[in-house]
Amino acid sequence: MEKHDLVIIGGGPAGLAAADSAYESGIRDIVILERDHELGGILNQCIHNGFGLHTFNEELTGPEYAERYIRRILEKKIPFILNTMVMDITKDKVVTAINHEKGMFKIKAGAIILAMGCRERPRGALNIPGYRPAGIYSAGTAQRLVNMEGFMPGRKVVILGSGDIGLIMARRLTLEGAKVEVVAELLPYSGGLKRNIVQCLNDFDIPLKLNHTVIDIEGKERVTGVTIAEVGSDRKLIPGTEEHYDCDTLLLSVGLIPENELTRLMGASMNRVTGGPDVSESLETDVAGVFACGNVLHVHDLVDYVSQEAKLAGKNAAQYLEEKDGDRELKKERRIPIYAENGIRYTVPMTVSPKKMPDTVTIRFRVANIYKDIFESVYVDDKRILHRKKQIVAPGEMENISLTRENLQNISHPGKITVKLEET
Amino acid sequence: MGCPVRVKMEGNTIISVTGNTCNRGDIYARKEVTNPTRIVTTTIPVSGGSCQVVSVKTKIDIPKDRIFDCIRALKDISVKAPVFAGDVVLKDVAGTGVDIVTTRNVT
Repeated sequence: MEKHDLVIIGGGPAGLAAADSAYESGIRDIVILERDHELGGILNQCIHNGFGLHTFNEELTGPEYAERYIRRILEKKIPFILNTMVMDITKDKVVTAINHEKGMFKIKAGAIILAMGCRERPRGALNIPGYRPAGIYSAGTAQRLVNMEGFMPGRKVVILGSGDIGLIMARRLTLEGAKVEVVAELLPYSGGLKRNIVQCLNDFDIPLKLNHTVIDIEGKERVTGVTIAEVGSDRKLIPGTEEHYDCDTLLLSVGLIPENELTRLMGASMNRVTGGPDVSESLETDVAGVFACGNVLHVHDLVDYVSQEAKLAGKNAAQYLEEKDGDRELKKERRIPIYAENGIRYTVPMTVSPKKMPDTVTIRFRVANIYKDIFESVYVDDKRILHRKKQIVAPGEMENISLTRENLQNISHPGKITVKLEET
Repeated sequence: MGCPVRVKMEGNTIISVTGNTCNRGDIYARKEVTNPTRIVTTTIPVSGGSCQVVSVKTKIDIPKDRIFDCIRALKDISVKAPVFAGDVVLKDVAGTGVDIVTTRNVT
């Protein structure tokens, strides 16, 4: 069986940054497995600008951002295999993959980094009544058709869901000559970034209807129209608010789901809120030597944060590979759970080990609602160790807070860490 | 990842910009109320390469009200592979003084 120190599953932004970082940390025997015919992942179809403000301090398009990392991989001559689908990963880190050239093959890995990204929530997950004609696309599918394959999915468009991809596609289709009639959002707020609301909808006078959803899809062969209606706070439709739109296309931008079939099959414990694996502060799953980063771990809004996270995963995987089994045993110690409470939906990581942790651990989290003038607090047991005011927090924008070694050192035998929102 | 910025104006004069947490926010807010600009990104057909279309952008931001002029000017532009990120495909788009460049390689 083929053997490699580090196998990285996925050659998108997370996989690339993880590989680069593992190499920088001294690992040479790396292989990236990518199912598409090129590296770069979903960045290749994200032709809009706004990437890299944090990482490169300049505004790049998706393909340009990807290119910066691909160049690092090529310069370091890190091997990657394209057109290759990973089918199985076992707990003892044997990766089974398949492609046209080699057929089915197995690789025994010293460590694995999961970087498979996420996929879009489909119509079937929404229970929208109506016919099932052609012309219903997830926003990312439409993005790929327009930006890479050169097809227009339709001319008159209604978009359900105000996630970032839906907002970006509202602008993109408008520029390509389509008429985007409306963006309907079930929730009382948009799940997208503020800048996308301004630059993709407001710039083009595309209406955003909050508290609205699609209640009927018409058309037997092709979409001919949709009906949207307002919903109350119980998310049930308010009779009399129905509005009909003639259109030939319905785009769905209704959420992303980390793609974790492999992780689940492997037997790693999963988190119900993120849809990704539970990880420690080193981004290691509870299967020793298997790390996760990027959208497979939890869905990010900014690729810059994916790159940061992946860099950490790469560094930690390298460290894992350099440790001897005995050291690993010695280092095993109780992990303190991190709980998300009071308006916080989840945290990543989910546990932290005070002895093992680096000087600073970034805890990323999402809030459950829009809150104004609120405090983000971190408690160790009953003691509040961090407390900071935020003018506004929103579910569409990931938050982070830094926990330092010192924060934990002064507390003897800490039992749990809690991250929560507080009014004072 | 973004901060709510408040711009105080008197007539056409900016009195103050508050709420931003970096200099970029100050510049953006000032531009947004006086001369809003955008980088325009789109695609143009490419023949003989591994993709049907290649992504392009205005090299720097152009006035917001010129977005559609820019798109119209690109209507009949196409290129032959190979192209490399940064190649100029149209100079001085719609009289803005800004070039259109490709943002990826197509070989």
